[in-house]
Amino acid sequence: MTDILNAFILLSNFVLIPAIAYGSQLALGALGITLIYGILRFSNFAHGDTMAFGTMFVILFTWWFQSMGINLGPLPTALLALPFGIACCIGFVLITDRTVYKFYRKQKAAPVIYVIASVGVMFVMNGLVRFVIGPNDQRFADGERFIIKAREFKQMTGLSEGMSIKVSQGLTLVTAVLVVIALFWFLNKTRTGKSMRAYSDNEDLALLSGIDPDKVVRVTWILAAVLATIAGTLYGLDKSFKPFTYFQLLLPMFAAAIVGGLGSPVGAIAGGFVIAFSEIMITYPYKKFIAYIGPDGWTPNGLMQLLATDYKFAVSFIILLVVLLFKPTGLFAGKSV
Amino acid sequence: MIKQNKNIRYFGIMALLLIIVGVFQSWNVSLSILNLCLISAIMALGVNMQWGYAGLFNVGIMGFAALGGLAAVLIAQPAVQPAWQAAGTGLWLGLGIFIATVIVATVLYRKLPKSLFRMALVTFVSILGYILLRIYFDPVTHAIEKVEPAKTGYLGGLGLPVLLAWPVGGALAGAVAWVIGKITLGLRSDYLAIATLGISEIIVAVLKHEDWMSRGVKNVVGLPRPVPYETNLQASEWFQTLAASLGADVVGFSSIFVKLCYAGLFAVVLILFLYLSEKALKSPWGRMMRAIRDNEVSANAMGKNVTARHLQVFVLGSVVIGVAGAMLTTLDGQLTPSSYQPLRFTFLIWVMVIVGGSGNNMGAVLGGFIIWFFWIEAEPMGLWLMNLITSGMDTDSDLRAHLIDSAAHMRLITMGMILLLALRFRPRGLLPER
Amino acid sequence: MSYLIGEGMTGGYGGADILHDCTIAAEKGEIAVIVGPNGAGKSTAMKAVFGMLNIHTGRVVLDGEDITELSPQERVGKGMAFVPQTNNVFPTMSVEENLEMGAFLRRDDISVTMEQVFELFPILGDKRRQNAGELSGGQRQQVAVGRALMTQPKLLMLDEPTAGVSPIVMDELFDRIIEVARTGISILMVEQNARQALNIADKGYVLVQGRNRFTDTGAALMANPEVRASFLGG
Repeated sequence: MTDILNAFILLSNFVLIPAIAYGSQLALGALGITLIYGILRFSNFAHGDTMAFGTMFVILFTWWFQSMGINLGPLPTALLALPFGIACCIGFVLITDRTVYKFYRKQKAAPVIYVIASVGVMFVMNGLVRFVIGPNDQRFADGERFIIKAREFKQMTGLSEGMSIKVSQGLTLVTAVLVVIALFWFLNKTRTGKSMRAYSDNEDLALLSGIDPDKVVRVTWILAAVLATIAGTLYGLDKSFKPFTYFQLLLPMFAAAIVGGLGSPVGAIAGGFVIAFSEIMITYPYKKFIAYIGPDGWTPNGLMQLLATDYKFAVSFIILLVVLLFKPTGLFAGKSV
Repeated sequence: MIKQNKNIRYFGIMALLLIIVGVFQSWNVSLSILNLCLISAIMALGVNMQWGYAGLFNVGIMGFAALGGLAAVLIAQPAVQPAWQAAGTGLWLGLGIFIATVIVATVLYRKLPKSLFRMALVTFVSILGYILLRIYFDPVTHAIEKVEPAKTGYLGGLGLPVLLAWPVGGALAGAVAWVIGKITLGLRSDYLAIATLGISEIIVAVLKHEDWMSRGVKNVVGLPRPVPYETNLQASEWFQTLAASLGADVVGFSSIFVKLCYAGLFAVVLILFLYLSEKALKSPWGRMMRAIRDNEVSANAMGKNVTARHLQVFVLGSVVIGVAGAMLTTLDGQLTPSSYQPLRFTFLIWVMVIVGGSGNNMGAVLGGFIIWFFWIEAEPMGLWLMNLITSGMDTDSDLRAHLIDSAAHMRLITMGMILLLALRFRPRGLLPER
Repeated sequence: MSYLIGEGMTGGYGGADILHDCTIAAEKGEIAVIVGPNGAGKSTAMKAVFGMLNIHTGRVVLDGEDITELSPQERVGKGMAFVPQTNNVFPTMSVEENLEMGAFLRRDDISVTMEQVFELFPILGDKRRQNAGELSGGQRQQVAVGRALMTQPKLLMLDEPTAGVSPIVMDELFDRIIEVARTGISILMVEQNARQALNIADKGYVLVQGRNRFTDTGAALMANPEVRASFLGG
């Protein structure tokens, strides 16, 4: 019986909890991608670097606050810096819209032109981030590190497996839930939010109804910047901040948005968790877990890992291909064309 | 006529720039830049086939180039006999399992009617094959990697002439492009972009981590060359006489001579591809490709199979990129998987195509030359600029140190700006499509 | 002078002209119907009235005001409402939200108008929480008309409202349109089902190749043997 409990705790500690945290971060990122897609109708390749860009400002403000001795006690100072980082990110994103994308909207350019333009924006943002904060790892988490420590958990329960929950993980979940509730309230209850959904549903009819396209686009960029900065900050607190990692997050985020159905916010959230759970479950070595639930005294030889962690991107990729093969509109029937 | 003048003018400026570098920096630098310009031009040519002829957005250039690099190792490196012995029959067994799984899964998918059962069965077969492969193949790879890990630890290659790796690299890239294209072409254009982004990350991950095949991050060095070695040249009599008659010093001239040999080889390949793609573009096939690009709907209505044509051109373009990738690794003489960076290999090539002139082969080539030149020269220029900006500051000021350290990142910003500006103000590029 | 008049309109979508000196008018509280063979420029004429394509000659006058230069959105502000033939609802939004979006420009209380729409189309009241994309074709047309009515327009323009719906639904839709006209709203409608449409029309326009061929009251056109022979199938 304790073996089963131990096995369960082991899995919770190394699969369930990290996957929930990672899934929430991906979901927030994918929401931004899906919103842009729904309104502006292109896949924004700069989204990963938008995350890095916003997070960079959060880090800079965090350092500044830390140098002045301002902190939030057990919570990371980054939380205090977050609104400032968001504001900077919104500012930059709106400038890119004004200087880059607006021109192509007027021209009614093909989606692929927007995608290429977003690649240009990605370059610039990536360069700016590396220029300001450098290409290396940055740690900016402070305050308490754990909600529950593995050792305390073992003492408490008497089990041989420990379970730890990091502050960053708890924070990720709470923040993600709050942000998602706020976002859905906005989209479903407010006049502006509804006009965004209307614009995403049927652009021509929205124009006939007198909805202001410029305002819809502006609000979309603001929401995407907010979501990207929050997702990036949470990811950075949970792991660490490195510009290239944020670029690489693009693939799982795209996969999440497409799996859920591009343009569908609910789908983006579901997709984020599908990708996170698959990635972590497939790359987790089950050796110890099998030892617990298998016959007594028997341990499997290998690591019992389905796929090496080095290939975690392959997981998102294969899921992406399978979805494109069998259901290109995604689980929640987004836009296919 | 005017167009010809424009071509000559731009390429003349390019040649002049290279000569200036040769005179003021060194001929060695100038020729190194030229060689990479030639390779970049070939890559840009491949991308231009996909984008310029068909409007396909390939974000996986890095992956296809890396496959070419892998081909150079697999073809040209001598085989590591102890590793082959350590691998034994397990290697063939693993390969057999892999092929059998693919065949069984494909046959099942083709023969069975579309149903949930088919999906489950195909998934089951694939997973079973994968697990069997892991069981039989994992010990083999460990055995291979244990053979003198500091020197080899991999199977090596076939020991064939390295020039053979160029077409093989193209074939590898083409095969992967076929699979990706088969799945994503016909869906909306963004999907191809995202899928190619994914496959290129995975290809590079495989090169980095499958040590038994590519030595991973330990790199494969000392690839055989298609051109003479400097030391051999320096020792040979005819070369010494040649150098003496030119009044050059033997050591310096030998390295320039080698670079010239490479440049000649690359130029031959570039001209060959350029000739073929010009020929293709003017053929009925090329006219059809452009008709499809300009109006997919009506081409479809006229009974053209748009998706099949797109697949064709996507594979062809990827083959060209693969060849260029193999050439690059040949030039470097080593395979360094960690050097494959998307910004350098994928997005830089895109800047070349957009700036040069999408749809125009000469434009793509010109873009390859110009952008590579500035990519290389941007660093000294950026450093010079930063030194200028910071010259008023304290020598030990932190900001100054930071600015000078970060000058290298300026070129990302510059390239991004060039892409955006070209797309906005010169969307047809320097040499527009005729 | 008519409440709405598109006078001597000539123009097209940038290329060759599709309309040639075409005149369409609608009186207050009356139904005007544009009929004609395929490709006669019926929808084009209506789009010209709404400002969705450029006319280089002629003008559009609404309630005595020249609106030729206004954009479609500005015309909505002037009291015109347009129901496109297809894609005329927001599919992933509920019926109620569709109506709300119709009233997007209004800042006053819209609940009274919404109740009126629900009275006119009772089925929409029952399905107000359902997504418009899940409704049947006929119900969707009702949503589309209801959405247009939410702006409290003075002129309602319908582009083939009965395309693709069953004959029973068509009759019911026409009944509703008559009811709308009785509240004092002018109706301008393009119809493929010429016979049924002319039956309810106060005024009918038969267009051929972008030109006015016959213009008369609905009843007179129905009685005209030439019209019957060429356009109403005998």
